[in-house]
Amino acid sequence: MQFMGYRRPDGRVGTRNLVGVLPTVVCANEVAERITKQVAGATAFLHHHGCCQTPPDIERVSFILGQLGKHPNLAGVLLVSLGCESVNADAVAEEIAKSGKPVKKIVIQDVGGAAKAVAEGTLLVQKMVVEASNLEREPCDISELVYGIKCGGSDTTSGLGSNPVAGAAADLVVENGGTVVFGETTEFIGAEHLLAKRGATPEVQERILEIVARIENRAKAVGADMRGGQPTAGNIAGGLTTIEEKSLGAIVKSGTKQVLDVYEYGQTPQKKGLVIMDSPGREPELLTGLAAAGCQVIVFTTGRGAPQGFPFVPVIKITANKQTYEKLADHMDKSVSGVIEGTQSVADAGQELLDEILAVASGKTTKAESIGYFAAMDIWCHGPVI
Amino acid sequence: MSTSVRALALVLGDQDNVATAIDDIPEAGEYPVMFKDGIKTVNVLVAIPFGHKFAVSDIAAGGDIVKYGEVIGEATTNIKTGEHVHVHNVVSKRGRGDLEAKGAN
Repeated sequence: MQFMGYRRPDGRVGTRNLVGVLPTVVCANEVAERITKQVAGATAFLHHHGCCQTPPDIERVSFILGQLGKHPNLAGVLLVSLGCESVNADAVAEEIAKSGKPVKKIVIQDVGGAAKAVAEGTLLVQKMVVEASNLEREPCDISELVYGIKCGGSDTTSGLGSNPVAGAAADLVVENGGTVVFGETTEFIGAEHLLAKRGATPEVQERILEIVARIENRAKAVGADMRGGQPTAGNIAGGLTTIEEKSLGAIVKSGTKQVLDVYEYGQTPQKKGLVIMDSPGREPELLTGLAAAGCQVIVFTTGRGAPQGFPFVPVIKITANKQTYEKLADHMDKSVSGVIEGTQSVADAGQELLDEILAVASGKTTKAESIGYFAAMDIWCHGPVI
Repeated sequence: MSTSVRALALVLGDQDNVATAIDDIPEAGEYPVMFKDGIKTVNVLVAIPFGHKFAVSDIAAGGDIVKYGEVIGEATTNIKTGEHVHVHNVVSKRGRGDLEAKGAN
C-alpha cells in the first residue's frame, strides 16, 4: 500500500512541499504572516508564546518550534525573530538544520523594523519556494506514514459514527506497518480503564493512568466542576452530558490495537504502530502537537463542525452528523452518517477513509487547505505568562 | 440493522439505561428504539433533540447512568423511562474540582 510523497534529506517523507515561516515569539507573528501572503507556497505557523514565560515553557516552545521546523512537509524554513525574546532563535535554527533542509533567520530589530523584515523575508522565502519546486513526488510505503487523529466539536454522533470509522482506518494503517498517533488526554477521563487495558506493557498501562491523573488534577486544581469547559457548551448542546460520556466516544477513534508507548507533547514516536501523545483536547494546541510529532496527515472527526486545519499538514474533516455535513459543506471533507443509519458498515467506511487518507497524502486538497483555514494555532504550555 | 421499521434511537450496550436519538424526536409518543437484541418500542415522554439521550428504564436518584456499557455519570433525581437525560438531571463523577474545594473548606 503506497502514497506519493516527497523524500527529504533526512529520509523522512512529506505529503506537502511547503516553505514554513515560523515566528520564534508572538511579537513576530505579523511579519511572518505578511511574508506568507506575498509568496505562494509559503505557510506561517503563528502562536502566542516565546517570551515572558517560565523556563520549562520556554524550553517547550523552543522544542516544538524545532520539531515543527523539521517536519517533512516543509522543504525549507524561515525563522522570524523579534530579537529580544526568551526563545533562542539560533538554537532553534540549529535544531531544524539537523534535518538537512535550508533554514534562514531574520531578526526584526536587526533588520530595522517590520517593513524591512517583510521585504527581506519575502525574498528569502521566494528563493526557497522556487528551489523546493524542483522536487517531485515518489512512491512511498504506508509504513512511512504517521497518521494523526483528533476529534473536536464533538456531539453524540462522534462516538457513534465518525470516531469508530477513524478507528477502523487506524487499525488498517497499523496492520499495514504505519504509525498512528492520538492524544487529547482530557478525553480519556472516565475511559482510561479501557484504554489502559490496551497498553502493550505494564509500564505503558501505568503511564496511561498517570497522564490522565495529571491532567485531571490540573483541571481540578481550579476548584470548579470541569463541565462547561470539558465537555464544552457545544458538546452539551450536541447531547454529550459528561466528560465520561465524551471520553468513551472519543477513545474509539484510536481503533482496537495495542498502545505501544506514551509520549510527551510533540515528541516523535520511536515505534511504528499505535501510540499516545499526552495533550489537551483543544484544537490549536492538539493539532500543533500532532504536527510536531511528525504526523503527515490528520483525520479530524467532528459532530458540531470544527473548522480548523493546520498550516502545513492536511487535516481531513469527517462527520457522522448529517445535519452538520449539509450545513458546513465548505469545511467537511467526508460524511459517514450511513454508519449510524445502518446503510454502511464501520469496516467499509474505514476502508474508504484509508483510501481518502492515501489520496490526501498524495496531494489531494482538503477543504481546510482550499480555504486556508488554519491561522489560529498555538503551543500547549503549562505555566503562567509572567 | 436492516429492518422495515427504522429506529429513531440506539442503545449501545446490554446494560445501558439510556438511548441516544439519531433523529429529532419531535414530541412525546411511542417510538422504535434499537436495543442490542432488536427493536423495541419505548414510550418517550418529551421531545428529544437529535443526539440527546432518554432513559430506557427507571433510574433512581444517585443511580448510575450507563451508556456503552460504562458509567457516564450519576442521576441527581429520579428519572422515569422516556425522560430526557442530560445536564439537568445528571452530574459527572470526574473532574469535580468543586467537590474537592468544598471538602477542603
